[in-house]
Amino acid sequence: MELSILTFCYLIASVTFILGLKMLSNPATARKGNLVAAAGMTIAIIGTIFLYEEEGVKLGNYGWIFGGIAIGSIVGTLAAKKVKMTAMPEMVSMFNGMGGACAALISIVEFNHLVHAADGDLSAHIPTLLIILLGLIIGSVSFAGSMIAWGKLNGKIKDIVFPGQHLLNIGLLLVILALAVYIIGWTPANPSVIFYAIFAISILYGVFFVMPIGGADMPVVISLLNSFTGVAAACGGFLYDNKVMLTGGILVGAAGTLLTILMCKAMNRSLTNVLIGSFGGGHKEAGPAGTKQQGSVKEISLSDTAVVMAYASKVYIVPGYGLAVAQAQHACHELEKLLEAKGVEVKYAIHPVAGRMPGHMNVLLAEADVPYDKLQEMEHANEEFAGTDVVLILGANDVVNPAAKTDPASPIYGMPILDVELAKNVIVNKRSMKPGYAGIENDLFFRPKTSMLFGDAKKVLQDLIAEIKNL
Amino acid sequence: MDSILTWIAQNQQIIYIVILMIFVGIEVIGHVPSVLHTPLMSGANAIHGVVIIGAIIVMGKAESDNYLALVLGFLAVILGTINVVGGFVVTDRMLEMFKKKKKNG
Repeated sequence: MELSILTFCYLIASVTFILGLKMLSNPATARKGNLVAAAGMTIAIIGTIFLYEEEGVKLGNYGWIFGGIAIGSIVGTLAAKKVKMTAMPEMVSMFNGMGGACAALISIVEFNHLVHAADGDLSAHIPTLLIILLGLIIGSVSFAGSMIAWGKLNGKIKDIVFPGQHLLNIGLLLVILALAVYIIGWTPANPSVIFYAIFAISILYGVFFVMPIGGADMPVVISLLNSFTGVAAACGGFLYDNKVMLTGGILVGAAGTLLTILMCKAMNRSLTNVLIGSFGGGHKEAGPAGTKQQGSVKEISLSDTAVVMAYASKVYIVPGYGLAVAQAQHACHELEKLLEAKGVEVKYAIHPVAGRMPGHMNVLLAEADVPYDKLQEMEHANEEFAGTDVVLILGANDVVNPAAKTDPASPIYGMPILDVELAKNVIVNKRSMKPGYAGIENDLFFRPKTSMLFGDAKKVLQDLIAEIKNL
Repeated sequence: MDSILTWIAQNQQIIYIVILMIFVGIEVIGHVPSVLHTPLMSGANAIHGVVIIGAIIVMGKAESDNYLALVLGFLAVILGTINVVGGFVVTDRMLEMFKKKKKNG
């Protein structure tokens, strides 16, 4: 009876996962979808704790289980609540790594069980061993990779590229494969040594896999690792014949893979292009082209900016990562309200990959209560730039770089950009002339229509607001 | 080889689930607007936290003298919970904006 109730719990949970994902892909239902999936997860967890039994034996160690859940809940909630809007992407990466590590740990414990139960002879347990290994390898790669991605996004780890890196990666992968084949096919007398060797090399592979990939591509990598962890979770489903782990895991594995591809498409790049890291290679080629800084940049003063903007009839704001870093979204909204009060039409042009993740800017501006209908997608904004008086670029760089259209040698060539040059004036706020995340120069800054307004986005916006009020 | 074939035959139900879920996963998020890429990834991230169930089973089965299983199981439960709870909470925070949108629209 109790087992049937558990089966029913798992069924409900599986359905909520599917429904949740479906609702998450529609703006109107996204929030509810997340809650639906969370409710399903809670049902599955509580059901497992109290109803699960194996060969008539219920689970024990309740103290440990509840202790672990309590610690995990507190840490997880605090981390998720405290994290700044700008740091959310790396938080997701961190959580993903935790899931991967969890899967790897399960594999380690189950391997020891298996060795113990089989009394050294693993040949009768090949399929189980295969799944344990799969969970171990994928989980470890996902854990190590996510940690590196996390470090890269918060700037603790720099891109490290060295010659022969891809060969090394392929080599590591081959070693993992060879060891796995050895442990399964030849069932050596002392499998533990090889098992832990596979564990160590998988961690190493995860590190080297993400290391050379440019920081701007991290969202794609996190999404990919996310789907890896899904598959690792599904391995647990095989292991325990647990349908909810299987459904949840495979669902995320499949959806995550598609999402990864969609993200690549938004940047007009292919997945292999991201993974093989042509960014790293193209970087050097772009070097000489990047150094030829044509002409000089034109600076504009705060008071001039204030005048130009206050007497414009239509202003477009292009937010980028710099806005997020400076936490300037509230100041930005204030400027928008002030200008609107003066009869200026203000809108935001959102590039699909502005910031560190697709949707990053929407989240950020929504936090400052910017009305959703003010945010224009790229295609729409591009149509309207021609009738715009001033485009104010706040900490965006690569997404407005004309090289994406004109310079085939550029690493971002082919990426759709915001055609801000169609507007009458372009004012660029940046902290310095440093290139953006793709590491390339931006010709836009040297164009005659462009003026530069240097400084921290928040400080500049606050001063600008004060100036406009004084007009 | 034989044992693998037998295993497939014995577990065909599970294998069917896998194949169907792959299609469901792809179908379900097929038309997601790019605005929702990040929250969707974050939500999916929370869902694969279902691996916590495995951790609970490992923990609950561990014999009281098997310290390796106890310690690793405990660690796995903590990490899995962080994945689940943190994942859902952070996704909810990301999605707060859509609540406001309704008020305006």
